[in-house]
Amino acid sequence: MDQILGNIGLLFEFPVVNLKIVLDGIMVGALFALAAYGLALVWGVMNVKNLAQGDFVISGGYVSWWLVQHGFPPLLGVPVAFVVMWGIGWVIYKLVISRVIERDLFTSLLATFGLAIMMAQILNLLFGSDTQSVDLGYDVLYFFDGFIDVPIAKLIGVLMASALAAGVIIFMKSSRMGQAIRATAQDARAARVMGIDTEKVYAFTFSLNSAICGAAGAIIVMVWLVQPFYGISYSIRAFVIVTAAGLGNLPGVIAAGLGIGALEQYGAHIFGIGYQQAIAVMLLLLVLLVRLIQQRRNRQVLK
Amino acid sequence: MAKNKIILYALILAFTFVAPFAFPNFGTQLATLWLMITVALTWDMTGGQMGYNSLGNIFFYGTGMYVAALISIGMVYDVGDYTNAAGGGIYKFTDAQYFGGLFLGIIGAGLFCSVTAVVIGYLTFGLRGPYFAIGTLGVAIAAGELVSNWDWVGGGQGIALPVYPGDLDTGKIFFYFLFAAVGVSVFIFVKWLYGTRFGAAINAIRDDEEKADAMGIHTLRYKLYTWAMAAFFVGIAGGISAFQLIHFEPLESAYQTINLGIFMVVCVLLGGKGTLWGPVVGAILFHLFKEITWNYLLGWQWVALGALIVVTVVYFQDGVMGWLMHKRPEWFGIRVEKKVAEAAE
Repeated sequence: MDQILGNIGLLFEFPVVNLKIVLDGIMVGALFALAAYGLALVWGVMNVKNLAQGDFVISGGYVSWWLVQHGFPPLLGVPVAFVVMWGIGWVIYKLVISRVIERDLFTSLLATFGLAIMMAQILNLLFGSDTQSVDLGYDVLYFFDGFIDVPIAKLIGVLMASALAAGVIIFMKSSRMGQAIRATAQDARAARVMGIDTEKVYAFTFSLNSAICGAAGAIIVMVWLVQPFYGISYSIRAFVIVTAAGLGNLPGVIAAGLGIGALEQYGAHIFGIGYQQAIAVMLLLLVLLVRLIQQRRNRQVLK
Repeated sequence: MAKNKIILYALILAFTFVAPFAFPNFGTQLATLWLMITVALTWDMTGGQMGYNSLGNIFFYGTGMYVAALISIGMVYDVGDYTNAAGGGIYKFTDAQYFGGLFLGIIGAGLFCSVTAVVIGYLTFGLRGPYFAIGTLGVAIAAGELVSNWDWVGGGQGIALPVYPGDLDTGKIFFYFLFAAVGVSVFIFVKWLYGTRFGAAINAIRDDEEKADAMGIHTLRYKLYTWAMAAFFVGIAGGISAFQLIHFEPLESAYQTINLGIFMVVCVLLGGKGTLWGPVVGAILFHLFKEITWNYLLGWQWVALGALIVVTVVYFQDGVMGWLMHKRPEWFGIRVEKKVAEAAE
């Protein structure tokens, strides 16, 4: 307890620590937001809750890591992971997801849970259970007498994440396929009547989600580390963000992603790093409860 | 009850008694089989019969483990000293202390889990469909993470309980019969329950909650009672597991979300959701599959298991019982008019 109070005191004594925590949180949150946006896309368009989301992220990380091990430049990992994970996502869609779209919601949850277990274990068998990372070899920038350190690698990561997000937004807004995806999300049957091949749209959306996650993973392996069993924690965060922001609300997803990144860093600072995972899950429960109370207020009865 | 049914039940009961002596090498596996049957049957109470798919029933298993261990230790020693391995103290339990702690611990675990089920259920039963599943999964994961940071109960190291005082083989048979007793009681209990008005009410909630509400069923109360009953048995099973395993730690053995937590759901789906025998059949099939892959597919067993989950959920969701019901409806007392059946084909 004393330690917790001491940690909180530290925040007021040295306000610059706050800045560091918020900066770290935004960097983490930008990547969470990417995975969450993919989830919101799949959830909104085909009503599939993908619990394997985090494992797509980790797989992308391993694609990039494997490339670097074979002598390719690390920054190439991001586009390659995008393409490779696109392919893997398409195969998974054809084998599993296409058969659970029409079913009840629990089916997709459980099927993707099974997928998550499989993917984590295959990664474990292929690459071993050690944590892996890619060192870009860039400098670290220092501000405020060394109180705040910003590795250039992280800056590049955030920039790439923003570029990717911007690319996806422009694609969804202006391209023909983006229009078709949005139309299908609004009303799949009406879209079908208007001549949109919804099956194709579903396959495309799921592959796109997988590719976004893969690229996010390739960034994560450059700035932090990956491990076969870290997937579930990214899945949980993606769920927290989407549940908090709602579907089809892209600015909301980004804001929630950044906010959760920052909250988690604060929690880790105050309670200790051991509680980081617990804090992410508690946030999920908190968001669900708040939503529940909001809805309860909307419920109307005759008196 | 028909004559063959009585014979069937008598045969199963006889097998239950003979099995540990007939196959002494498989004592632990057989005990685990009863554990799987117990958790599958209790999962089906909410998941199959009431339509609330929980992914967090493992929470009660882990909590049951901890409560049983803490009660049995706390009756004799100070828990904080006991779990503090650095103290280096030697803690001995007499036979009376061991068995007293075991039985009180197990009962306490069941009761405590029932109460927590009501509390958590009150907060989460407003969530519908997948949100309920995610919410309960969150509860289980959060509990595991919090307990592994709680030093008073041993933190990430977990707790080591005393070893069974008799010899090893007697201990195995003792725990087998404990698990078997719980499994048989659960089966008898749910068989009785599904025949009552209560069973009809929870089925009504599954079929259409709004209508059930409108017909005057106090849905929240029914949901809480059902979950509390399921939690009672899961907590007891967890308590027995704690003593059987001797040493357990929070993330891998107590709150094992991706192991037992998901296995119980797969057992039910494999056997057939919402049927009496489905969870039992599913648990047996799943346990066989698991033991075989663990022995012969070493390294790939988890991949095989994940594949089994995906295949079951995607292609074979009605389960064995659902498939049988479709193929042989007369076994279930459903009469199909020949003409209608022919016309349908």
